[in-house]
Parts: sequence; structure tokens; C-alpha cells
Amino acid sequence: MQERSELMQTLFGRLTLEAIPYHEPILIWTFVATAILGMSLLAYITRKRAWGTLWNDWFCSIDHKKIGVMYMILGIVMLLRGFADAIMMRAQQAFAFGDSMGYLPPHHYDQIFTAHGVIMIFFVAMPFVTGLMNYVVPLQIGARDVAFPFLNNFSFWMTTAGAILVMMSLFVGEFAQTGWLAYPPLSGIDYSPSVGVDYYIWALQIAGVGTLLSGVNLLVTIVKMRAPGMTLMKMPVFTWTALCTNVLIVAAFPVLTAVLGLLSLDRYVGTNFFTNDFGGNAMMYVNLIWIWGHPEVYILILPLFGVFSEVVSTFSGKRLFGYTSMVYATVVITILSYLVWLHHFFTMGSGASVNSFFGITTMIISIPTGAKMFNWLFTMYRGRIKFDVPMLWTMGFMFTFVIGGMTGVLLAVPPADFVLHNSLFLIAHFHNVIIGGVVFGVFAGINYWFPKVAGFKLDEYWGKVSFWFWLVGFWVAFAPLYVLGLMGVTRRVSHFEDMSLQIWFQIAAVGAVLIGIGILAFLVQIFVSIRRRESLRDETGDPWNGRTLEWATSSPPPAYNFAFTPRVHDQDAWYDMKRRGHQRPTSGFVDIHMPKNTAAGIVLAGISMLCGFALIWHIWWLAAASFFGLIAATIIHTFNYDRDYHIHADEVTSVEDQRTRQLAAQQG
Amino acid sequence: MLLFPLVFLLAGCDWVVLRPSGDIAMQQRDLIVVSTILMLLIVLPVMALTALFAWRYRQSNKEANYDPEWHHSTQLELVIWSAPLLIIIALGAVTWIATHTLDPFRPLDRIDAQRPVQADVKPLKVQVVAMDWKWLFIYPDYGIASVNEMAAPVDVPIEFSITASTVMNSFFIPALAGQIYAMPAMETKLHAVINKAGDYEGFSANYSGHGFSHMRFRFAGMSGADFDGWVAKVREAKDPLNREEYQRLDQPSERVPVRHYGSIMAGLFDAVVNLCVDPNKMCMRDMMAIDARGGLGMAGVYNVSRLAYDRPRSQVSRAQAEAFVLSLCQVGPEVMLSAAADAPMYGLLR
Amino acid sequence: MSAHTADTTFPPDSFYDTGEHHPQNGTMLGFWLYLMSDCLIFAVLFAMYGVVGANYAAGPGPKDLFDLGLVAVNTAMLLLSSITYGFAMLEMARGRQNAVLGWLAITGLFGLAFVGLEIYEFAHLIHEGAGPQRSAFLSAFFALVGTHGLHVSFGIVWLVVLMIQVRKMGLTEPNRRRLACLSLFWHFLDVIWIGVFTFVYLMGVLR
Repeated sequence: MQERSELMQTLFGRLTLEAIPYHEPILIWTFVATAILGMSLLAYITRKRAWGTLWNDWFCSIDHKKIGVMYMILGIVMLLRGFADAIMMRAQQAFAFGDSMGYLPPHHYDQIFTAHGVIMIFFVAMPFVTGLMNYVVPLQIGARDVAFPFLNNFSFWMTTAGAILVMMSLFVGEFAQTGWLAYPPLSGIDYSPSVGVDYYIWALQIAGVGTLLSGVNLLVTIVKMRAPGMTLMKMPVFTWTALCTNVLIVAAFPVLTAVLGLLSLDRYVGTNFFTNDFGGNAMMYVNLIWIWGHPEVYILILPLFGVFSEVVSTFSGKRLFGYTSMVYATVVITILSYLVWLHHFFTMGSGASVNSFFGITTMIISIPTGAKMFNWLFTMYRGRIKFDVPMLWTMGFMFTFVIGGMTGVLLAVPPADFVLHNSLFLIAHFHNVIIGGVVFGVFAGINYWFPKVAGFKLDEYWGKVSFWFWLVGFWVAFAPLYVLGLMGVTRRVSHFEDMSLQIWFQIAAVGAVLIGIGILAFLVQIFVSIRRRESLRDETGDPWNGRTLEWATSSPPPAYNFAFTPRVHDQDAWYDMKRRGHQRPTSGFVDIHMPKNTAAGIVLAGISMLCGFALIWHIWWLAAASFFGLIAATIIHTFNYDRDYHIHADEVTSVEDQRTRQLAAQQG
Repeated sequence: MLLFPLVFLLAGCDWVVLRPSGDIAMQQRDLIVVSTILMLLIVLPVMALTALFAWRYRQSNKEANYDPEWHHSTQLELVIWSAPLLIIIALGAVTWIATHTLDPFRPLDRIDAQRPVQADVKPLKVQVVAMDWKWLFIYPDYGIASVNEMAAPVDVPIEFSITASTVMNSFFIPALAGQIYAMPAMETKLHAVINKAGDYEGFSANYSGHGFSHMRFRFAGMSGADFDGWVAKVREAKDPLNREEYQRLDQPSERVPVRHYGSIMAGLFDAVVNLCVDPNKMCMRDMMAIDARGGLGMAGVYNVSRLAYDRPRSQVSRAQAEAFVLSLCQVGPEVMLSAAADAPMYGLLR
Repeated sequence: MSAHTADTTFPPDSFYDTGEHHPQNGTMLGFWLYLMSDCLIFAVLFAMYGVVGANYAAGPGPKDLFDLGLVAVNTAMLLLSSITYGFAMLEMARGRQNAVLGWLAITGLFGLAFVGLEIYEFAHLIHEGAGPQRSAFLSAFFALVGTHGLHVSFGIVWLVVLMIQVRKMGLTEPNRRRLACLSLFWHFLDVIWIGVFTFVYLMGVLR
């Protein structure tokens, strides 16, 4: 390759045609498939003349419900990408034995496992969790929207911008080959000189801004905007877990921002925070990233604990057992999650006393978690359990998660961790808790709240198909990894010599295929449900005989959620209202004050993404231009004082009258 | 879940973590078993109760008691908080003790469950360097070194000093003992003993880049006499491991065949840990001593050299120079290490 | 449950707030939360400095580099700017728009002086060869002090924007809220600077 002209260097930085991986057939076919799919989607939208609606009513929407739905869609799209990575890894490990090198060279394989981890945590689990909280929390506390509706839209687009950067790395340049936490010195400029780690850094930084702001937003929403009468100890458990999760987000994500900032200084400016020479200290990175990383796993799991609590209580037709101890357990987990980070690297040699301290604090977390498990158990006791799809997921969770919890406590014993750390046993453990807890919880939540969102229930048959394939697929895929871990097989290996291990990897690959069918069945479930929506229609707004306020309004709820803000007298506010025969007000409606839609969020996030892309490729003029553009756009946005409007009382009346007729038709 | 019976059908495989050959790994195995049993005490009842309640209180079972308002019981609350608490107290005590007795930095006091370490047995010292992507083992007492192969006499305590040359790795021989990170510019320790002769596998357990998958070595447990023979064989190797050869070896390479060095430079491992195998570089030790006295003042600003250094590991050719702090003092001539007069001969051991 | 007996105390229509429900404004709480998260970023930078702050890599240390006199002037600038911002807020409470603008302008000038002195200090250090690349100590120093300086710079930009907005719209409700937020931000940076001044400069030179 001859030297590039100075002009080209200035204009495009490191970006050359070489960055397009046209010599890698796998990527070319992926690109072709993605392009065809994308083009047909665009064509479909154009044919339906839906661009205006899409832009005005969705992309610019600051309605927490629509933003929640967009988060869920982002999560589903990225789940497909993350799963594609997973199945490629499983296939590679099933074949790459002895003389066969498999079909992925290390250069490609190492990107895939890094991308899989990053995508699944940041762009699947986080959007799912944020989406559920965004949709449900304001409804559960009887609010009209979140505290800062514009920020909510901006947060979503920042998360999406990060996701787009990660996806871009597939076709322009490459992704990091460092593992999902990018430990230096490996992720430093000396050992990872190309753009992969930069894609990693900027995708996470941009998405991190979104996550942090959405954390602040929901926290303020829960603290300040609860319906009159809803004291803290009358909040629904899901709202409680959302509160704790957002405390964790606000208290953990800045650490990630800071530590990635320091890593990028090392890479861009040549500072020496985490280098070997000049007094740098790479162990500091490992500590800091886990000070974020451990709370992060609780950020993911806590809201799903909330979902399970709601589901168990609703489908057992019974109050949640031990509400108070449930709340305290959540709070204790929140606090303890900051005192355990070192258990991710007992093998760094911190000394016996430090290791045992962190080992024991880790075990202590299992006490409140165990208490929660018992609370769900005794909620079922003396109940009338309906095994609808959300309850099935919850049962799957209860059986799967205890095993994951057990192997987790095992890993918390430092000397046991010495032989299991970084092994496939560890991989099996955290998939056991993340799939068994987070993913199962997300599916429980989707099946539970879908009728509220769409106005019709999800198809039961395909829901069950999806559930059973996921559950069985999970165990077929990960039980072999537990076994392999006990055989001393370590993670992130792309080729094996020991032929006796192959059978286990092949079983695991079958499991991955089963999970794939489960995902497919979920997509079919949504498709079939949309086709059959008339027969699945929920006219009542309360299809499960629910207990919390989101079921008090129509399905889907009107833009303003509640024509009159509910007054709360009891924990299960809606159940209480139903039991005591409340009357839904049908007249006397007043104007409702609402925030206006705006394109500012998507514009700001777009400029941020451009800035990130320019920094990744060292296109300095573009980085500077987009950075100043970002500041200018922000300033211009602050000059917009015209941010709200009123829904007129007549309009409210007409919507509510329609609802009255709908309900009357039900009874008639 | 359904797979677990299958697991036992296929027990012919090598469950090295559950059937190790070294005393430390054996104790770690026991700890895994004990902890698992302790936890099953609570996990099994929970799973049984879940199944039972789910069955008994299903909607179609009209026989079952239905009490929609029942949601509190102080006695039950006490049980559900104290049962896990008791288990964790027990497990916590086990953890505290085991973490201290199995601390990799702590010298051994026993060979296996029956035999304590004899006072007259000198431990075998091995210095380990994780390189891109191979392992270097230095036997300072014998003045020899080998790449991707390590031998040790059975029933003799081994004292590992571990470091890495570029990025983090983890030194792991599952049959022998748990792993410990190998980190550049740092030294970790591991004390272990192998109780059964045989060939075992060792590898890096922490991803370290392109050649990581094949960063494996053979760990041979041998009788004392065989070990003495192995030492003698290695000593015959002509190649010396001096600064120059080390720097050549340090270049990234994959699937490196076993290699022996019959003689090594004195203080090589020390230089590796202090990042000063290159004699122009200031040793970390000296740097830290200078820093402890407040640095070198403004004069220290110019004490940095830039070396055009194109790492082959870089996937993109990078003309960027890598800088380092220059050594202040003249490094003495290389001295090759000769075997210590009192280097232990394990063949005589009984 | 006592809820059954409560039926009589809550007539059916007591389940809704029939007026327009106005939840409390959450902006100040939200901004506080943001500040606390920002504080954590500084905490990480302080921790980094605490860990590698004595790793001079055989280069210059704080005693060789820091000019306490200059830093004292610098500190004075920032502390004074905090006081003048306080005066601006007092005037805001009295509703005197021009006085608010005047004090804000003075605050901004003090802020500019602070940033100017810091840029001079950095330029001087880099010119002498003690740039952020020289040692982990200098990396941590530049990162910590530079991050604070960047915050102050953005604070100044924000201040100017707010001055224009106050001129244009007057001391309206949203503008008062924004002034209060910037006030929090400004004082927060003061508190951080006191930490930097003590921990980095004083303890570095006098220890």
C-alpha cells in the first residue's frame, strides 16, 4: 500500500477503502442480507407513506410509552445481532478441533466474542430493562409522563447511536478483540492499535450518556411524581426495583464514563494511566471497571425481580407475600452491590484477607436474594395460580435462577474461584443468571404488559413454544459448559486440540439452535398476534385482573395516561379500587398540560454519533466540527421556550366517552 | 437439568478439576464439593417447594385453600431470612479459613493430606514468564530454562514466581493448583505440589490476544530421578538465554515448539519483572526508588528515549515510536548463571 | 386487613384527584443527581491521582512543577467568582434584571481569568517537557485539573447563553430555574477545586 496523500489523510483520517472487509465472505453476505432487509423495510415504509407518522409520532415523540416501545424494539433488533454472534461462536467451537481450524480465524472470532458481550449487556439487556421501566413506571405511579420527557427521548437516541456505532464496526473497520471489558494493556494503543477498541469506547460513551440521563430522569420521576397517597411503602414492587436500579445507574455509570475516558486518553493522547511503563497501573482499570461492572449486573436483574413480583402476585390472584421484606431485600442488594467488585478478580493476588472479605460480602447478597425467592414462593402458597405465559416464564426463572445463584456463591469462594475463574463454568454461571433471570424476566414482562401497550394479548400457543424452546435450549446449551468448566476448559478459545471435548461443544451448539428457535417463535408470536389482534383484543384495560395502577387505564392508554390522577390508599392500588367499587369519573374533565414533541433529541444524538465516528477514524476536522456543532445545537435547543401544550377538555371528554362506551359494551 | 444424568454416563472424560493430581487443587476440589452440599441444603427444598406449590395451588385445583389476603407471617419471615443466613455463616467461616490456608502466596506446610513438608526438602523454584504467546520457565537454581515445557518432581513443594512480558495472562495448571494472574511489571506467587507423576496440561486462562488459544504447555510431574535426568538433558542444550535471545523470544509467535536453554543470564527474571531486559531501559525498581525520593526534578524530563519500534503484533503498521525512560547507570556485563552448588537433587529424595 | 372498615371513610369518588394534579417540579432534584454523578467522575480521577500520583517515572514531581503563588491567585479567582454568582442570585430574588446581568458578567470574567491562568500553567508545563505523557503522575494531574477546567469552561459558555436569555426573556420562571441550576453547578466546581487545591497542589508541594 503506497503512502496516502496528505490531503486524503486530513480528509479521511485512518479511514481507507481497506477498512471495508470485502475480502471476508461472511461479512459480505451479512451485509447483503442486511442491505436487502433494510431496503425492503424502507420501501415498505415508503409504500405505506408512513415516514411522516414515523418521524412525527415516534422518532420525535417524548411520550414515555412510545419511547418505551422503541427501547424494546431496539432490544429485539440487537438481540438478533447478539444471538448471531453467539451461534457463530458455538459453531466455531463445535468444529474447531484438531486439524480443523473451524471457519473463523482468531482475528474474527475474537471480535465476535467481544461484540457478543458488549451487545448483549449494553444494547440488549439495557434497552429491554430501560424500555420496561420507561413504559411501566409512570403508569404504575399514576403520572402523566416522566419528569424530563425531552431528556427521555434524547437518552433513547443516544443509546441507539451507540448501538449503530457497534453495528457500523461490522462493515467499516473492525470491532475490539479484547473481551467485553477491554482490559489494558491489551486494549492499550500498543497492543490494539487499530479502530476496534475505539469503536468500543465511543459506542459505550455515547450510549452511557443516554443511560445516565435516563437514570436521573426515572429517579426524579419516581421520587417526585407519584400519585397523591402513594407513599414509598405503597409503591408497587416493580417501581421499587426501578427506583433502586436507577440509583445504581446514577451511582455506577459515571465510573464507567471516567474509566473509559482515561483509557481513551491513553490511546489518543499518550498518557500513562494503564500502560506498563512510566508508572501506569493497569490493575486500577480492572478495579474501576468492575466498580461499575458489578452494580451493572444488579441494574439488569433488579427490575426483573420486580417484574416477577408483579407477575407472581397477579397470576396467583393474591397479595405479594412479605412486601416489606421484599423492599428491604432490594435496598440491601442495592447497597451491597458496591462492596463486592473484587470477586471478579480474586486471581489477581490481592491477599487472603482482602479476598475473603469480598468473597463473604458476595455471599451475603445471596441472603436477601434468597429471601426474595421465598417471598415469591409463599406468594404462590394459598393462591389460585393461572399458568399464562408470563407465569410460565416466572416458573422457568425460579427453577433456573436458583442453580445460577448457587454456582455464583460457589464462585464467590476464592480458592474455588482459583480453579473456576475464566473457565466455561463461569460462562455457564453468568448466562444462567442473565438468561435465567434477565431474559426470562424480559419475556415475562413483554407477555405481561403487551396487552397494555398494544390493546391485544400475545398469542398463547406461540408464547408457550417460545418459552419451552428457550428453557430447554438454555439447559442444553449451558449444562455442557458447566461440565467443560469442571474439565478445566477456559473461555475465549477458538481452537482445541483435545478431541474428547468436542461432544460437549456439539451438544452446546444444539442448545444454541434450540434457543434460536425460541427467538424465532417469539417473533412468530408477535406476528401471529398482530394478525389475530381482533380475537385477542383487550377491551377492559385489565386483561389479567391486575393489581397496580397501569391496569386502571385503557389499553393502550391515552396520551395523557389518566384523565384524573388516581388517589392511592393501599399498596395494590388498582386492586383496592376494584374491591371497594370505585366509580370511574365520566364527566368534569379539565385541560391537561402536556409536553410537545421535538426533533432535538434525534438531532443531538445524530451529531454525537458523527463525532464518535470521526474520533474513531481520526478524522479530526469532522470531530471538531461535530463537537462544536453539538454545542451549538444544544444552545439553540435551550432557546426554545415553547415546549408544552394543553389537551383541551373537549378532547379529553371525547376520548373518555369512547372509553365509557367501550366499557359499557363489555358489561352489556 | 435433564443433562445431569447424561453427565455421569460420560464420566470417562477427564474431569480434571474434580480429579486433580496436586494437593492444592485437591483441597480446592474438596472446597467446591463442601460448598455445593451446603448450598444444596437450601436450594433443593426451594426447588421442591416451588414445584409443590405450583402444582398444589394451580387454578384447576379447587380443593386447595385460597386466601387472597394472606401476605404476612412473622414466623415465616424469620425462617426465610435466617435459613440463608445460617448457611452463609457456615459457608463464610469455611471461606475465611480456606482462603487463608489456600492463599497462593503462602508456602506449603503439607505434601498431601497425610504428609507434612519435611524440613530438609528445599522447594523447587520456578520463575514463569507469560509471553506473546508462549510460556518461559526459568529454573534459577539450575541455571536452565525451557519454553512451553515444565517439569517438576512429585511430592516436592514448588514455588512459582510469575510475571508477564506484555499483557495480562493467567497461569493455570488445573491438575496442580488454581490459577493466578501473570501481569507485566508485577510478580505473583504460587505454591503448589504435584502428587502423581504424569503429563498434564497448562495454559493461559486469561485472554491475551491473537495467539491465546494455543498458549499451552506441557507440565510433567516426574519421579525425583527422572527430574534430575530432565535437568541434565536441558543443561545439554547449547543455546544460552541472554538479553539478546530473550528479546528475540519476546517477539510475538504462536504454537512455539518446546525449546531448552542450557544456560541463562543471571538476574534475567528480575530484569523481566522490572521491564529492563533492554539494558537501555531504566529498571522499575530504580525508577520507584527515585520516585520515592521525589523524582529526578526537571532534569528528568529529558531522560526519555524514543525508539522506532514496530511491533509485529500491530495489525496496522504503525510508525509511532514507543518511548521509555533511559537507564541512568551503566549496566554491567552479562553474567551467565551457573548452577548453584547446593541445587537440590531430588533423585536422592525418599 | 383494616381496609374493609375503611370503606366508609373513603367514598367512591375519593379515588381520583379531580383537579389538575401538579406534581412538584423535579428539575432541582434532577440537577442535583446529575451533579452527584459528576462528582463520581471526579472521585475516580481523584482515586487515580491518589494511586499513581507519586509515580513520577524518574521525572519531575510536584515540588519541581507547581507554582503555589500562581495557584493561589487562581483559587482566589474561582472563589471570588462563586461569591459574585451569589450576589447575582440575591439580585435575582429581588427581581433586578440588570444587576443580575452585571454580577453574572463579573462572575464570567473571574471564570475566564481562572481558565486563562490554568491554560497558561498547562502550556508552561508542556513547554518544559512535563506534559501528560511524561509520567503517570502527570497524566493523572492533567486529567484531574483539566477535567475541572473543562467544566469551568462549559460553565462560562452556559453563563453567556443564560445572560443572553435573561436579556431576551427577562427573569421568567424557566430562566430563574436555569440560573439556580448554573448556580449549583458553579458552586459545585468550587468545592471540587478546593479538593484539587488541597490534595494536588498543597499536599504535593508541602509534603
